[in-house]
Amino acid sequence: MELALSGITKQFPGVLANDDVNLEVSGGEILALLGENGAGKSTLMNILYGLYTPTAGEIRIDGTARQFDGPGDAIEAGIGMVHQHFMLVPVFTVAENVMLGNEPTKRFGWLDLQRARKTVREISSRYNLDVDPDAIIEDLPVGLQQRVEIIKVLARQANVLVFDEPTSVLTPTEVVGFVEIMNGLKADGKAIIFISHKLTESLELADRIVIMRRGRTVAEVTPANMDEEKLAELMVGRPVDLVVNKTPAKPGEVVLSVENLVVLDDRDKRMVDGVSFEVAAGEIVGIAGVQGNGQTEIVEAITGLRPSLGGYVKLKGEDITTASARSIHKRNVAHVPEDRQRSGLVLPFSVTENIVLDSYYEEPISNGVRMDWPAAQEQATRLVEQYDVRTPGIDVAVSTLSGGNQQKVIVAREFDRDVTFVVASQPTRGIDVGSIEYIHSQIVGERDQGAAVLIVSSELEEIMALSDRIIVMFEGRIAGEFDSSATRTEIGLAMLGSRPEEITS
Amino acid sequence: MTAQIAAGATEESLHRATPEQRRARTVGILLLLLAAFVLWIFGLGVESTDTSTFNLSLPGAKYENIKWEVDSRMLSAILAAVIAFLGGLVLRRTYLRWTNVALAISLALTALSFLTWAAAGKSFSLVGMLVSTVVLSIPVTLGALSGLMCERVAVINISIEGQLLTSAFVGTIVGSAANIWIGFIAAVLVGALLGAVLAVLAIRYHIDQIIAGVVINIFALGLTSFLARRVLTAAPELNSPGRFASAKIPFFGDIPVIGPMFFDQNMFVYATFILVIVIHFGLFYTRWGLRSRSVGEHPKAADTVGIDVHKTRYRNVILGGCIAGLGGAFLTLSQVSRFEENLTAGIGFIGLAAMIFGRWMPFGALAAGLVFGFARALQQKLGILGTPIPSEFLSMLPYIVTIIVVAGVVGKSRPPAADGQPYIKQ
Amino acid sequence: MTESGSTPKPDNADKSSQPDPDQPNSEDFLKNATGVGSSLRQALLIPALALLSALVIGALIIAVTDVDSLKLWSSDPGEAFSSTLRGIGNAYKALFVGSLGSRRAITETLFAATPLILAGLAVAVGFQAGLFNIGANGQMHIGGLVGLWVGFSVSAPTIIHIPLAILGAIVGGALWGGLAGLLKARTGAHEVITTIMLNFIALFMVDYLLTGTLFQAQGRNDPISKRADTTAQFPTLFDNYRVHIGFLVALAAVWFVWWLMYRSTIGFEFRAVGANPDGGKYAGMNVAWVYVAVMAVSGSLAGLAGANQVLGLEPYRAFSGFAGDTGFDAIALALLGRSHPVGVLFAGLLFGGLRAGGLQMQGTAGIPVDLVLVLQALIIVFIAAPELVKAIFRIKSVDDGAKSTVSTGWGS
Repeated sequence: MELALSGITKQFPGVLANDDVNLEVSGGEILALLGENGAGKSTLMNILYGLYTPTAGEIRIDGTARQFDGPGDAIEAGIGMVHQHFMLVPVFTVAENVMLGNEPTKRFGWLDLQRARKTVREISSRYNLDVDPDAIIEDLPVGLQQRVEIIKVLARQANVLVFDEPTSVLTPTEVVGFVEIMNGLKADGKAIIFISHKLTESLELADRIVIMRRGRTVAEVTPANMDEEKLAELMVGRPVDLVVNKTPAKPGEVVLSVENLVVLDDRDKRMVDGVSFEVAAGEIVGIAGVQGNGQTEIVEAITGLRPSLGGYVKLKGEDITTASARSIHKRNVAHVPEDRQRSGLVLPFSVTENIVLDSYYEEPISNGVRMDWPAAQEQATRLVEQYDVRTPGIDVAVSTLSGGNQQKVIVAREFDRDVTFVVASQPTRGIDVGSIEYIHSQIVGERDQGAAVLIVSSELEEIMALSDRIIVMFEGRIAGEFDSSATRTEIGLAMLGSRPEEITS
Repeated sequence: MTAQIAAGATEESLHRATPEQRRARTVGILLLLLAAFVLWIFGLGVESTDTSTFNLSLPGAKYENIKWEVDSRMLSAILAAVIAFLGGLVLRRTYLRWTNVALAISLALTALSFLTWAAAGKSFSLVGMLVSTVVLSIPVTLGALSGLMCERVAVINISIEGQLLTSAFVGTIVGSAANIWIGFIAAVLVGALLGAVLAVLAIRYHIDQIIAGVVINIFALGLTSFLARRVLTAAPELNSPGRFASAKIPFFGDIPVIGPMFFDQNMFVYATFILVIVIHFGLFYTRWGLRSRSVGEHPKAADTVGIDVHKTRYRNVILGGCIAGLGGAFLTLSQVSRFEENLTAGIGFIGLAAMIFGRWMPFGALAAGLVFGFARALQQKLGILGTPIPSEFLSMLPYIVTIIVVAGVVGKSRPPAADGQPYIKQ
Repeated sequence: MTESGSTPKPDNADKSSQPDPDQPNSEDFLKNATGVGSSLRQALLIPALALLSALVIGALIIAVTDVDSLKLWSSDPGEAFSSTLRGIGNAYKALFVGSLGSRRAITETLFAATPLILAGLAVAVGFQAGLFNIGANGQMHIGGLVGLWVGFSVSAPTIIHIPLAILGAIVGGALWGGLAGLLKARTGAHEVITTIMLNFIALFMVDYLLTGTLFQAQGRNDPISKRADTTAQFPTLFDNYRVHIGFLVALAAVWFVWWLMYRSTIGFEFRAVGANPDGGKYAGMNVAWVYVAVMAVSGSLAGLAGANQVLGLEPYRAFSGFAGDTGFDAIALALLGRSHPVGVLFAGLLFGGLRAGGLQMQGTAGIPVDLVLVLQALIIVFIAAPELVKAIFRIKSVDDGAKSTVSTGWGS
């Protein structure tokens, strides 16, 4: 089993996403495709999977050139893909998802559910996946959903398995399980490509690492003679400082205190179940945990975006449990939201309009009724300069900016005040290393000026680099609290919900 | 330290009820009010000596003169008591899952009480009204099935009205010019054609599906009115297609009540019931259904396993058009046997409502169709009984019910996840 | 440098961060609807071509339904051809003459355009705020009815009576529209469904009220209302022509909507919530309030249009379904005018011309006025699918962002 991509080029309108990319992988091998967000990794894999048609280049399997007009062709050629955002129908059962597109049927297209169940059970037991064929997808934890994706791929007799950022949704312990599965597949002679932007796991898991930058393959290395520093430099194109520089925290008075908070999600599921913690001025508290364990709801409840079912949120001793988002914002709370495109920005609006998005209703931007656009533009010009937002102008739609610059627009808007409390969710998700460094330094800067800071991130590295104190959430509850000297393993265990023997208290 | 480890909140510490509990409380109070209303208006609104007589057979039926005579006030009092009991159960909030069932039963009992009140001291052909209910439900159910076929693959079909109207028109003309069967086929084909237009606009040109639907409705209304005036006035012989006769099914047709409702109708009624069954089993037990639903829920997932999303959507939207065409044919080839401008007068929109009410399920669509059919039948029969309720209010009923349904009073229903979103690949 | 440049790359791993260039969404629609991002030439070209295409298809429809000429084809194809052409020529000549051909025609166009502009503004305000108000019709009915009620039940001099009646219409429309907004805000009920349903409810409500003592004209049994007092009837702008002060009200409304949407804080909220409700909520805007306010503003504009139908023309009475199809034409108008108030003004004048000309066409050329509906439907299709027009006229696609999506499903 040999797969070779050669000279792959993909031109999107205005963007050269892949530029003469070459890649080879053979059976029984694990290849890591490493690169920053936007380096062109996923485009390449979507070409391999027949979702995009390459502008130029060739895909060869065992020496024969193949052309894929759709995923169907790729599947037939033995290529399987586990997407970062799982391609599972949430309301279907495991068996239904596995058979979709490849259904065993009786007469008249009547589905043969028994056979589908049997397939799931067989693959599940062969690779130790432990998946119930009749479970509904949306009821399964993310780790199991990923296994369903793997079963789906294996049920189609795939020989090349592509994993797109497979560990980004897993707990450290689930990652261990995932590694076992990958090794099982490798031993079975499958070729594995996994896409990542994480240095550590690439070094740990891969037999070979191909590094992409700006749509090109820039290097191919073996983990043995590599370290993280060198790998980062190859990935980014310049030396990178992997550590956030900060002095020890000097915690002051308590700014935020959360008591016994209970919050429901949109489907009335109790996502936060009796959580209590405090954040003091001059310290950064990080909330770690796999996504979907209540972090989103906590932040929304604190910032007034979601009503709480029980408990209290207090800011400097004042009860703000039922306060509106605006009144909380007026108390000098800065909020960098989890999903900048969904809630932090109004994408079709200009940079100026986004800069004044939460201050438009008062002086100097308006008198409460009439907008003062010249004043808004003045402010936008100043902040774009001050926060180093790379934009062709303040009147262009913010949707045309890169992810990093979009995030800087939000940071500029939120931090340009005398902030007492900062809450930042996934502050650096999906942005380039340069912007990550900049935003981290801004957050530490706010702390040093005496603000209380709450960081939520599913990237454990980010939490550990920034936080003075770490809270781990699991299934809506606090599963552990650590100081900044805690190890990955300790935190990882807590992320899985197992109560640690000793709690740093 | 400050954080509390893994406690979990107790029920007592909550300062608000869960949404489910709040809804149960609302529904419970509503039911108690309803019970009081039933007792007050329908129970005490009749003379204590009144009896209501319900005829359960049609004149000339095999088993004639089946009647149910009942003390009007007594029956309403009993019904009110049952509703109050159900309301009490709901208020206790122990069986939250049964809230909707209690609500549905109570509303049905209210309808019965209402009829008792309206027929107090008189005789009323209940079976006649039930037969009308079934007949009037047919276009609504077909409209709902048409919408369901489209929305299950995530294409919103708001043009059911236009599809019904156009196929009713074409069915009339072709039916008059050739014969009724050819007219019927032409109507179905025109429905398919309009389905295809919607599909092309929505899938190929990514027009907002609601705009596309509105356009088709305006176009259908304009064109049929234009042609009716320009062609049908000049050639009135093209406006009398005749109608399909009813075909009684032996034995079953003679069963009292059920017989005339379901087994002594014309082929449109049978076709509708068969369609409901076929679509239900098709959707949930066949490859076609699994693939259709996956396209409606998560088109990208379907695409990544090699399912042609666009082809699936085209096919189902065109099939949906056919079903609406069937409904259009029913209007002119079964019900009235001539075409008039804007003959549908909103039936398509009621069909849309029935689809939502029926929660995108075929049997749900049928049930909702019957509810709306009942409301319209009631409106027709009440004139005969001479009740003081203005007919306009009964005409409003389906629309008000729809608003109540979409407002989630009857619980949140969940449309296909990708509903209304175009699917675009590179 | 590490900046990946200012252009988003279509890389799947970045779904969370980068806009997918090919996923049309409401922002594209608004970009399209508000005309941002497309040049003026582009903005005018597509509507012009859309109108042309619609007229061509309209001509075909006239041709194939020309029963007399059709009969001639077998005997005298030449005559049949010229007869068909004559038929089309007569129809379109009447359409033109009836809309622009004389001073009377022009005033008739303005007269017909007045309610269209107002209702078009109603729908446009909704579009800009991300709400699809199909309920202009119902809001016209309710607004018109309230305006009329003030018109015959209050006695006052014209200078007070007319503003009072207009206020009544605004309140009526605002309440009916606001109801849909309230339902959306409180329960998440989709405004498309609720406004359609409220249209029907309004229709039956009108029927009911017109047969009650409150409204019904004395000595009548059919559903027709009392006549508005002369002090409440909109005075005409010129003697002997029907165009009335309602047109000036419409112009004022155009200015007001422009100011509201682009110069006021409320408009900023409307547009922000319209483009991204989550973003608006995050920025501290009261999204529920915005939904209610948008629908109330939209409804009040429709209510004004309704007042025009009862206070601006003979018989100065309400009757069953007096708002006609204006509420649906308004959707076409808003699309044609790209939801910009000035665009709506011009689109309203165009449709007013079609309306006025269509009546002339029916009178002198015997072509039913319903053809205008067909033309309007075709115009919307071509406006909403510029690719279709581009395909027909083989224009190279320049701006592919012109895809329209205002709504995604019925879910909340």
